[in-house]
Amino acid sequence: MKPSPFDYVRATNLTEALALLERHGEQAQILAGGQTLIATLNMRLSAPDWLIDITRIPGLSGITLTETHLVIGALTTHREIERSALVAQYAPLLGQAAPHIAHAAIRNSGTIGGSIAFADPAAEWPACCVALDARFVIQALSGERRVSARTFFRGLYDTDRAAHEIITAIEIPRERAPRRSVFMELARRHGDYAIVGVALLGRVDQGRLSDVAIGYVGAGATPLLAQGAMAALEGQAADADVLARAKAALAQDLDPSGDLYNSPATKRHLAAVLLERAVKQLLA
Amino acid sequence: MTARLPCPIPAHADLAPGADPTVVTRGHIGSPDPRPNARRLLQGRGTYIDDLRVPRLAHVVFLRSPHAHARILKIDSSTASRAPGVLGVFDGPAIAAICKPWVGVLAHLKGIKSAEQYPLAIERACWQGEPVVAIVAETRAQAEDARELIEVQWEVLPAITDMDASLAGDPVLHPELGDNICFERSVDTGGIDEVFAQADVVVEETFQFGRHTGVCPEGRSILADYNAAEHSLLVHHSTQAPHMIHDVLARHFDIPEAQVRVLCHDVGGAYGIKVHVYPDEICTVATSILLRRPVKFVADRMESFVSDIHAREHKATVRLAARHDGTILGIDLRDLTAIGPYSMYPRTSGIEGNQVVNLTGGPYRHQHYRAHMQAVFTNKNVTCQYRAVGHPIAVAITEGIVDLAAERLGIDPAEFRRRNLIPDDAYPYAFPSGVRFEQLSHQQCLDRLLELMDYEHLRADQAAARARGCYRGIGLAAMIEVTNPSAAFYGVGGARISSQDGATVRLEPTGALTVLCSVTEQGQGTETVFAQIAADVLGVSMERVRVITGDTAATPYGGGTWGSRGAGIGGEAVLQSARALRAQVLDAAAAILSCDKAQLDIAQDAVIDRLSGQTRLSLAELGRICYYRPDTLPAGFQSELVATRHYVPRDYAFAFTNGIQASWVEVDIETGFVQLLGHWCVEDCGTVINPLLVDEQIRGGVVQGLGAALLEECCYDDQGQMLNAHLGDYLVPMALEMPDIVCAHVQTPTRTSELGAKGAGEAGTAGAPAAVMNAINDALRPLAARVTAQPFTPERILAALGRV
Ligand SMILES: Cc1cc2nc3c(=O)[nH]c(=O)nc-3n(C[C@H](O)[C@H](O)[C@H](O)COP(=O)(O)OP(=O)(O)OC[C@H]3O[C@@H](n4cnc5c(N)ncnc54)[C@H](O)[C@@H]3O)c2cc1C
Repeated sequence: MKPSPFDYVRATNLTEALALLERHGEQAQILAGGQTLIATLNMRLSAPDWLIDITRIPGLSGITLTETHLVIGALTTHREIERSALVAQYAPLLGQAAPHIAHAAIRNSGTIGGSIAFADPAAEWPACCVALDARFVIQALSGERRVSARTFFRGLYDTDRAAHEIITAIEIPRERAPRRSVFMELARRHGDYAIVGVALLGRVDQGRLSDVAIGYVGAGATPLLAQGAMAALEGQAADADVLARAKAALAQDLDPSGDLYNSPATKRHLAAVLLERAVKQLLA
Repeated sequence: MTARLPCPIPAHADLAPGADPTVVTRGHIGSPDPRPNARRLLQGRGTYIDDLRVPRLAHVVFLRSPHAHARILKIDSSTASRAPGVLGVFDGPAIAAICKPWVGVLAHLKGIKSAEQYPLAIERACWQGEPVVAIVAETRAQAEDARELIEVQWEVLPAITDMDASLAGDPVLHPELGDNICFERSVDTGGIDEVFAQADVVVEETFQFGRHTGVCPEGRSILADYNAAEHSLLVHHSTQAPHMIHDVLARHFDIPEAQVRVLCHDVGGAYGIKVHVYPDEICTVATSILLRRPVKFVADRMESFVSDIHAREHKATVRLAARHDGTILGIDLRDLTAIGPYSMYPRTSGIEGNQVVNLTGGPYRHQHYRAHMQAVFTNKNVTCQYRAVGHPIAVAITEGIVDLAAERLGIDPAEFRRRNLIPDDAYPYAFPSGVRFEQLSHQQCLDRLLELMDYEHLRADQAAARARGCYRGIGLAAMIEVTNPSAAFYGVGGARISSQDGATVRLEPTGALTVLCSVTEQGQGTETVFAQIAADVLGVSMERVRVITGDTAATPYGGGTWGSRGAGIGGEAVLQSARALRAQVLDAAAAILSCDKAQLDIAQDAVIDRLSGQTRLSLAELGRICYYRPDTLPAGFQSELVATRHYVPRDYAFAFTNGIQASWVEVDIETGFVQLLGHWCVEDCGTVINPLLVDEQIRGGVVQGLGAALLEECCYDDQGQMLNAHLGDYLVPMALEMPDIVCAHVQTPTRTSELGAKGAGEAGTAGAPAAVMNAINDALRPLAARVTAQPFTPERILAALGRV
């Protein structure tokens, strides 16, 4: 398993990396943590002529707070997010999800930008970002733009990012009082991509749920926002009827395809089980 | 660091023939000595084939068939041949010109048939992954680049992927064979239909087993170095059976046996996967001969999945007849297994099914048994012997149907087994299928297991959990295991595979010992066991024993490692050669000290006075005198400080062992997920030479069995494409999902050897899947759900529960 030959450049600043991307277009691939890309290269599933290593570009890594957002640099590793006190305070959902991503060795290298760019529907960060209504900062030579996570993911491994653009940061809206959150997933072994997973956010006031957001992992071609289930729960006390309605709404919200070991029907069943468990945990 | 243990004195009175074998010396034998090679391997100082660099080394890669069944119309390698670094591109006929084909059949498996097989497919490829073109280049990367430039025109042929369809025989995969049945075997003790007609209860079930494979940390690999100047061949090989490979290479390439050498370095796990003759490895040797330079092949993970042997694709229907009191009267079995397009060479792909027939029902004392097994060809990767060959199937079939009978009769499964397991005082005992047991300890093992797991307590916990809506279950699985195979396994069928092994033990001038043994080491600690035995017999400390294995130019001739034989057979050869050397050392000491040999003994690296224990002469001094100052020895005395002995079991075809396992699980009935809460194994491998290593073998084996039960399957589509040929999708068990595995031993040494050791390496794998299956079904019992198709995935459990 050896990759096809390629040229490698280690970019020292963002402009250089963007210029290289402009020049080589589809022939180039950005190399971040390499935890997805290197495997695809070795399996010859991808054979770019150029690898542009962005890991030495200053300013793309780290977690900061602005007036309005929690900002996570694209090169921030899964592990840094898992351990961050700022994340624990302002977006605890991410801290809850992080331990489910692969194994420690992979979390030490893999980056959130890489995960968002790769857009695996079974990955944790994309679904969390959708639930958190995060936005992505995307840079091209021509300038910078921001895209909502809820519109960024367009199809299977297909995103709004053009080949010449680099994701530089993930911005998560600051809330005066952060919502409660629960992250749950079902994977047959620790560290595997989930069969299905759920990211749930909401406030609980006297047993009633509000500001509910539900993101799903592995339940469609992209990370999904379960809007029907959200509507079913919003403003309600999650009794058996409400839960049943929310679970029923998932039939519309989700569109899982089968995998080797699970049919779409099994995934739908598991997604509903997770929803009920997540809501109960949020209320607990 | 190696633990030093005091060597008891007098340690080792020479045993008279026929003396009680349980009186083997206790010093290192029986002590949990850590493996000296573990430190080296953990520090990254192991040597695997991939680490070897030799001058002018070239690398070979294979273009493998992307189709399960296809005619090769044309191979265009003109561009690839001119690609950078390419040294040669070879197709089937080019390799066949210098290598004789083979057919994987053996005479004692009556009627077994298979087709001629070549290193590279000729005219037709019969499974996805079959090697078709070999590309040799200066580097592996260049060879892979060139592979992409080869164009093959295929005519895709219909693939047989279903075993029932194969049995129906349309089409016939190898027309010259007449049908798709590779091998079939029946056993019938007679009278079975009457027994079933008169029984109080008859239970029936069909069990299915997914194909899986043994995932070796080190992939298959070989470095072949042909020397044209002397028509000789040096092969560095990651194999379990160097002498078998030596013989195969000599015969198939027409190189005199004396001009072949097979050398194993560290072998990174094997589990039976590396005991076969693989087309790509033979082809690597061929390219070295054709190019007259060393060529290396290291299977990468993806090609391993489609070219390492698979195992265990079975569908078995079994019936059991019993009386009201639980007495098992008879078992009736039909088993169908699919083995791929060829029977593997030279051990054949008939053994697994054969074992299922031999072993089903094995722990129990019913007198009526009928079995019919068929192994059929399909267009999937070849199957063959993987750790515990046939046992996991036979044990699951037996224990699954036994639990069903117990349930039907309302008898507790532990009690049901107690009533039916062969009593410990019934030996020697002949099982209705014909196999003979020397001495087993089923009842003792059952008692020990129930005590170890605290069966009553777990039953109470289970009831309490059920009251909370939590579904827990206990599964038991009794088993027998084939170990220490004699020539009955392969030799009698004409296979040039030695069932005998040999050891040479040499005293060096410094008083150190060198042990050379034909049994090999793949990480299980065999070499440590040999060092313990030699150290004990010769009174030498472990640090001063060096063990050499895996070199056909150095060690005695022998079978290598397979069939749970390393300690039992190789260990006995070491014991006997060490005893012979001991006598020779005492002869030399008596000559030096001018005293009677009977007054002397050896302990703690010195010759001592037998009665007082006083040191008379260190072994280093003895070595110095014998090697450097033989002129000072009495006239006419020639010292011999090296001895070789061989051992092969003769009294029994196999040293059967027995054991029992228990699994304790919790099933999440909403998700179908199974959590392994605990696992216990009590087994009887006779003399436990090194409890640490035996327990490691049991645990490792159990883990592979748990993988089979819950995770591992080579998934194929109906076109014969393997869908999960990488470690992302083929799920091997990992530490975080594994339960604690508690091991205990009952020791019933075999009287067929002085050491008394039987095999232990496959016991864990043999029984674990059945224990887990029974535990899951025990948990699901109140919901009237059962699973019978391995692996027990969440989806299969949900389906059984009617939830999806
Ligand atoms: C065994 C294993 C198990 C795993 N399990 C999980 C899991 O359970 N859940 C999970 O979410 N992930 C899992 N992963 C993937 C891991 O999280 C990766 O780290 C992540 O998906 C990609 O991040 P990376 O930094 O490694 O990106 P790379 O591999 O370097 O790049 C991935 C892709 O993103 C592009 N890219 C990277 N950074 C940027 C950027 N800033 N802007 C634009 N494009 C960019 C690259 O060009 C490439 O196409 C697993 C990986 C392995 C090896």
